[in-house]
Amino acid sequence: MHGAAMVTIRKNELNTLINSLRQDGYQVIGPTIRDGVIAYEPLDSIQQLPTGWTDHQDAGRYRLKRRSDGALFGYVVGPHSWKKYLFPPRQKIFGITRNGGDEFVYDPQPPDPPRYAFLGVRACELAAIDVQDRVFARQVPDPYYAAARRNALFIAVNCPEPGGTCFCASMDTGPRCKGGFDLALTELRTSFAIEIGSERGRKLVESLERQVADDNTRHLVDLMMQNAAGHMGRTLDTGDLPAILMNRLEHPHWNTVANKCMACANCTLVCPTCFCSNVEDKTDLTGNHAQRWRTWGSCFTLDFSYHTGGYVRSSIAGRYRQWLTHKLAGWHEQFESSGCVGCGRCITWCPVGIDITAEAATIASEAPQDQSINRCRVALED
Amino acid sequence: MTTSFAERPPVVSGATGAMTPAWARLVGRVPESSNTTSYVLQFTDPQLARRFSFLPGQFNMLYLFGVGEAAISISSDPSETETLVHTIRHVGSVTFAMNRLRVGQCVGLRGPFGSSWPLEHCRGRDILLVAGGIGIAPLRPVIYQLLNNRDQYGRVILLYGVRSRADMIFERDVQNWSARPDIQVLVTVDYPDKSWTGPVGVVTKLLRRVRVESQRTSVFVCGPRVMNRATAHAFLSHYVSPEHIFVSLERNMRCGIGQCGHCQYGPKFVCKDGPVFSYASVQTIFGKDEV
Repeated sequence: MHGAAMVTIRKNELNTLINSLRQDGYQVIGPTIRDGVIAYEPLDSIQQLPTGWTDHQDAGRYRLKRRSDGALFGYVVGPHSWKKYLFPPRQKIFGITRNGGDEFVYDPQPPDPPRYAFLGVRACELAAIDVQDRVFARQVPDPYYAAARRNALFIAVNCPEPGGTCFCASMDTGPRCKGGFDLALTELRTSFAIEIGSERGRKLVESLERQVADDNTRHLVDLMMQNAAGHMGRTLDTGDLPAILMNRLEHPHWNTVANKCMACANCTLVCPTCFCSNVEDKTDLTGNHAQRWRTWGSCFTLDFSYHTGGYVRSSIAGRYRQWLTHKLAGWHEQFESSGCVGCGRCITWCPVGIDITAEAATIASEAPQDQSINRCRVALED
Repeated sequence: MTTSFAERPPVVSGATGAMTPAWARLVGRVPESSNTTSYVLQFTDPQLARRFSFLPGQFNMLYLFGVGEAAISISSDPSETETLVHTIRHVGSVTFAMNRLRVGQCVGLRGPFGSSWPLEHCRGRDILLVAGGIGIAPLRPVIYQLLNNRDQYGRVILLYGVRSRADMIFERDVQNWSARPDIQVLVTVDYPDKSWTGPVGVVTKLLRRVRVESQRTSVFVCGPRVMNRATAHAFLSHYVSPEHIFVSLERNMRCGIGQCGHCQYGPKFVCKDGPVFSYASVQTIFGKDEV
């Protein structure tokens, strides 16, 4: 039972909320339709929300469809995630000028990131941000990520209707938001039920025309979310998965998947937890001003594993195996959590419909028949 | 049993975070072979120079202005605090640019990063060092430290394999060590010329020439991938415990702080969990292709 404070507001009050956030200096980011998908973009009002739209998702398939009702949040996640705001795809790390001989002067620090208010964050996405926190905000904090993250406000939305590729219930990250939000909305027919998750959230709600939620409303929200948990588009048995995967690095199914995989890197770009990046150094034409940029990288590209000894992962099988075992196995040792939150993006946006839940299940359920692939034999001594 | 994050010396970098380099001046160059040079560096900021210390086996990220950055192990004596040395084989854009650097010019530097050879942990034991080619560079600080604290260890043995005599680096050091009674040095070459009278062949062949007391031996290995594998397996078959075989691995490291993901090796980040790993900690993935 969720004991947190809960209130209800009429749907239009969401505009009051957006306005007061904007007045407080927040840049409000939320879902809107762009290029045939639901993307996360700056919002001025609820008019820009995809009201009355839903999304049909399956392996390699995404279509927007009209709904019969006027739901504001009647869809799940699109190809974008909040990652692009906290960990931008291209980011300047520094600029530096060489004055004459050997004097090096760094450019002034770039301005702080905007104060973001993220509206419409799903439970799996809150979990994904927690996963990225473990990479960018713990041992050696990334200055930009830490600043953007610290100031960001989270207005989450529960998912009563999971999508065709969703499996957050298997990953224990959703469909109900469990924490990490300031406010969590559940969309009802004419109102929103709002759970208050922080002091900031409580202050925000005070400015709204609201009612304390009665027991019926609380019960309704509980039922909706229980029902949603039973209607996931996909499932994944995570029991002993990390150990099983690491014991089956030579399973023939890696090659079967590689025969389909185009190594396009879509899955890593849409993934809300993938954090790999490239570091690029360059100069202007004078050669006296240099910059370092960090750009999103992907373990699916050949160059990713290049070093002086050659390519570590020259085969697509090796790269797919790296990605999947990192997500579902290695991540636990690195960050004490799974690297997968069950959002389903990698399934939907794979051009050939490779399905992480199906591939992992195949490798876990079928003991390998052929142990010879990828096996390296070492001549010890002659 | 390599050093944990908390036991490591602080990372020295530029003022704006771990990804911006500090600056060090090239104060000396020592040619080691036709394609390898040792570079003696000194921080331009004396305060940083005082703050900087490293453990044997750790590496720095060296930045050549506008060209890029490369992870290079430190090859000098850790007790030497005025300067530090990187021994570099010129193979890529950054290391070629390093080769063009003149004494007095500057390089960007941030570090030290990574784990170290577990000298504390191995106190009292025989130390067997196996180096292949440029792989002797991250082991040289170990040898300095062992010789500085010689009474704390059992026998010290260096097995060093090089392609040919001309490819041997640290030749003067190797001669000096060979002349000492308290360290046994064996060098083998793959391609001997007429003047070579020593052993010929891969470095694991030298194992026949030394007495390994498996219960009290710790092995430190650094060389090409194939050598690392063959050496680790050879010592395992001599009953040296997997907890006492240590291997330094090489990957493309872009950040040094476990964030860029390039150096992943199974569940490990080579830049922060390594580069020095005990065989026991990686035995399930060691030698597997494309991990």
